Amino acid sequence: MAIQNLFGQSLKAVNVGLESFTESLRDQGVEAIHVDWRPPLEGYVEITHTKSGVDIDAANAEAVTRIRSGRPLLVGMGVARDVIPGYGERLILHAGPPVTWERMCGPTRGAVMGAAVYEGWASTYEEAAEMAAAGAFDFAPCHHFHTVGPMAGIVSPSMPVFIVQNETFGNRTYGTQNEGLGRVLRYGAYGDEVLAHLKWMETTLYPALKAVLRATGPIDLRSLLAQALHMGDEGHNRNRAATSLLIRQLAPALIETATKKVAVEVLKFIDSNDHFFLNLSMAAIKAMLEPAEGIEGCTLVTVMARNGTEFGIRVASMPEQWFTAPAPVVQGLWLPGYTADDANPDIGDSSITETGGLGGFAMAAAPAIVRFVGGSSALALQVTQEMYQITAGEHESFTVPALNFRGTPLGIDVRKVMATGILPFINTGIAHKKPGVGMVGAGLVRAPRQCFEEAFKQIAKGAL
Amino acid sequence: MIQTTIKSGEYYDSVTLLQVAQGLLKVHGVEDAAVVMGTPANKGILKDAGLLTPEAEAASADDLIIAARIAGKAKVDAAARAGELLKASRTSKAESGTEPPPKTLSAAVQQLAGANIALVSVAGRYAAGVARDALNQGMHVFLFSDNVSVEDEIALKTTGREKELLVMGPDAGTAILNGVALGFANAVIPGPVGVVAASGTGLQAVTSQLTRMGVGITQAIGTGGRDLSEAVGGIMMLEGLKALQADPATEVLLLVSKPPAPTVAEKVLKQLKASDKPAVVCFLGGKAKVIREAGGIPARTLEEAAHLAAALARGKSPDEALKSLRSQRRELKKLAKKLVGRLRMRQNYFRGLFSGGTFCYESQLILNKILDKGKIVSNAPVKKKKKYKMADANQSVGHTAVDLGEDEFTVGRLHPMLDPTLRNRRILHEAKDPETAIIFLDIVLGYGVHPDPAGAAVEAIREAQAWLKKERREVLFIASVCGTEGDPQNVLAQEATLREAGVIVLESNAAATRLAGYILG
Repeated sequence: MAIQNLFGQSLKAVNVGLESFTESLRDQGVEAIHVDWRPPLEGYVEITHTKSGVDIDAANAEAVTRIRSGRPLLVGMGVARDVIPGYGERLILHAGPPVTWERMCGPTRGAVMGAAVYEGWASTYEEAAEMAAAGAFDFAPCHHFHTVGPMAGIVSPSMPVFIVQNETFGNRTYGTQNEGLGRVLRYGAYGDEVLAHLKWMETTLYPALKAVLRATGPIDLRSLLAQALHMGDEGHNRNRAATSLLIRQLAPALIETATKKVAVEVLKFIDSNDHFFLNLSMAAIKAMLEPAEGIEGCTLVTVMARNGTEFGIRVASMPEQWFTAPAPVVQGLWLPGYTADDANPDIGDSSITETGGLGGFAMAAAPAIVRFVGGSSALALQVTQEMYQITAGEHESFTVPALNFRGTPLGIDVRKVMATGILPFINTGIAHKKPGVGMVGAGLVRAPRQCFEEAFKQIAKGAL
Repeated sequence: MIQTTIKSGEYYDSVTLLQVAQGLLKVHGVEDAAVVMGTPANKGILKDAGLLTPEAEAASADDLIIAARIAGKAKVDAAARAGELLKASRTSKAESGTEPPPKTLSAAVQQLAGANIALVSVAGRYAAGVARDALNQGMHVFLFSDNVSVEDEIALKTTGREKELLVMGPDAGTAILNGVALGFANAVIPGPVGVVAASGTGLQAVTSQLTRMGVGITQAIGTGGRDLSEAVGGIMMLEGLKALQADPATEVLLLVSKPPAPTVAEKVLKQLKASDKPAVVCFLGGKAKVIREAGGIPARTLEEAAHLAAALARGKSPDEALKSLRSQRRELKKLAKKLVGRLRMRQNYFRGLFSGGTFCYESQLILNKILDKGKIVSNAPVKKKKKYKMADANQSVGHTAVDLGEDEFTVGRLHPMLDPTLRNRRILHEAKDPETAIIFLDIVLGYGVHPDPAGAAVEAIREAQAWLKKERREVLFIASVCGTEGDPQNVLAQEATLREAGVIVLESNAAATRLAGYILG
């Protein structure tokens, strides 16, 4: 089509740059759209194929297909040392990328100390700390053991875990039972109250739920999440609907299999804990993402996780590597009595939900939560829509009514993050930096650019 | 003192309540505040914050607790303020979820079906990437950004040529496509003249003047200032020329540029022969003979180019245009004789303060032929001759032509077509120099530029005139206005504003320059 074919056509203009140009065009009656542009990140170059000739877009499309088609089911429960493959006897799992005792933040240390006493490895918390410093425990990221944990994310051998199986591919993931808010282990609390609660969860809650699951059979977590998204949840910071749907599904079998006393305790506990479903949504999304790991040439992010000191990501084509940066401090709304000075840096494996297309990526389904950053409900839509610009595809089962049931953005492409300068949003709770105080607020945070710049450098090495 | 208020039967999302609490904290006198539903967990939070009064303790899980610790004697009604904030949180204004501005070019293309042109004006180091993206999406490109490397320019224009897409720029300030002004351009009427220009102000000048003479254009394609260099080889000038040669609506061709590199001039002139359409070629300061030999009609100034093209468009001979310009010159000489008497002995010099680089260039060419008191200096001398380069662009010496759009004036500032501040200061500065005879201005109108350039200049002119009156001296202000009646600023209104302030206004930069030259020559 020769240049002169443009003469006589209506101009339809895209403007990148000075806003006055868009205004001038509109003043002249021209259909014009303004691009809210920002520069690419440092080091970006266009990459389409690996050195070995793999088409990256095709690899990413394959990954999206695998993730979308995953069907995570809650198939049962067990004790960590028994059911998590390769679980060592003095192994303590934590959220986020690898970290040593010396570099652990307050909440994580508190949780480790609490776990050590809970396990009976130490008789006092001071002793636990000394043992940790002396290297008596093995630490590893939950992610290295197909496990995910919110906040400090501490898992120790005696803790009961949910077993989630991706029916489509057969892979399994694990997560502990969510303790509730306030002075709990995952916020770094320890002490008699905390341990008593953990014991209750081990000796009362776990056996009850295990029996329920035997009676009900596998629970379709994907289906629950899909319904919850239509009820104002987003699977990370807002889990009230999903928790409610879960109780509804479990209650009859609970009444049948447990004593009245235990049933009442269990139901009261789940009812008091709006985030009970969180640990299940995390394990479910982890199970959906795992089959994408190892796809050659795939530039999609399969893990985003924080340990309170560092933020780390993993990329599908390099499943063993972590790309880390200092964990950011979240700007958010503070609970009464707290300010930004009290906040711990970003912490928890719960950003696996954003990695898999929920949480902040599904914010358009949970407009009320957007008040954390002082915006209107239009902001919730904008956040999700911004994320479409850095993802390779969309979910099929997780849809947003307000966007005409469009699937949520799925598959963060490192190349697109670099090209657009748009960093993934995460919708998260904020912990107090001192162990054991608990949640001090919640907010929206962006994943650090350094992780993506480092990951991209590696991708580029394999491509150029 | 803790104020506690319980509201029964009201439900608010916990998130909303957090925001209301934050709002309370901003009230002067409020030391701490909590707005929560009366659940056991929330009561625990209140207790920890020291806000749990017996009243709050007694609240049920369905009650809303508004608790605030007030400082000393401060008069605060926390409940009332909280009530206002809660009410405001229920926004009655339905904010529709209309699509937010796209953050990438591809997202934009998805939203605007059939997008056929991209305007790019981001910082230079990124502009080439965005332009490349646009070409890959099948869009023509108007590349306003400068500081794009010559290698990138060559690559983009080569790709454009292959894909048969326009790449206008980099450093293209102006274009008019299908009657639509892109960048800084004027409202012009449709007609038979097709323009390709490597100069933004040059394009504005010829298209505006044609419209004022009642002759319209089909297209005005801007190629960017570096297109006709040896390295770039005139790719877009050639592609634009070919397209207009093939365009049935274009009857007369008009090319505008500073003199191209010789090999490039050859290519361009050779292309003229590919069609029968008459072609006016304005290579400012270039050799007329070469153009004539190639079958083109040479124009020595932008004004001459517009007059020649208009004559051809009307089916008249070019000689008629030249004749009318000669008679204009005679009139200008008469006017010059009248004006010279207003100057004193020491006032000998021309001070040109230009916002358009091409006008600065054109004026230098004209004055160098007329003035016999030595050549003119500039911060942007003709042919980049070092001999005529100003030592200090801020200090005029003798006859001076300053291009205020050059880098030394625009780093960290808006272009003079957008921001009159620098030129206004300079007007005053020149007026105070006892050797200044003429302060010369180009006023450029159009979409995208200052909303009232004449008004802005007149402010400084009046201030200068007031100062000069005290010195019992007069300076001749001479100007031309580049624009049309259809422009947002309206050329007739702008000319009137200038004349009311005693400025001598001519219809073109060339005419105004000639007048200045005749007065001082």
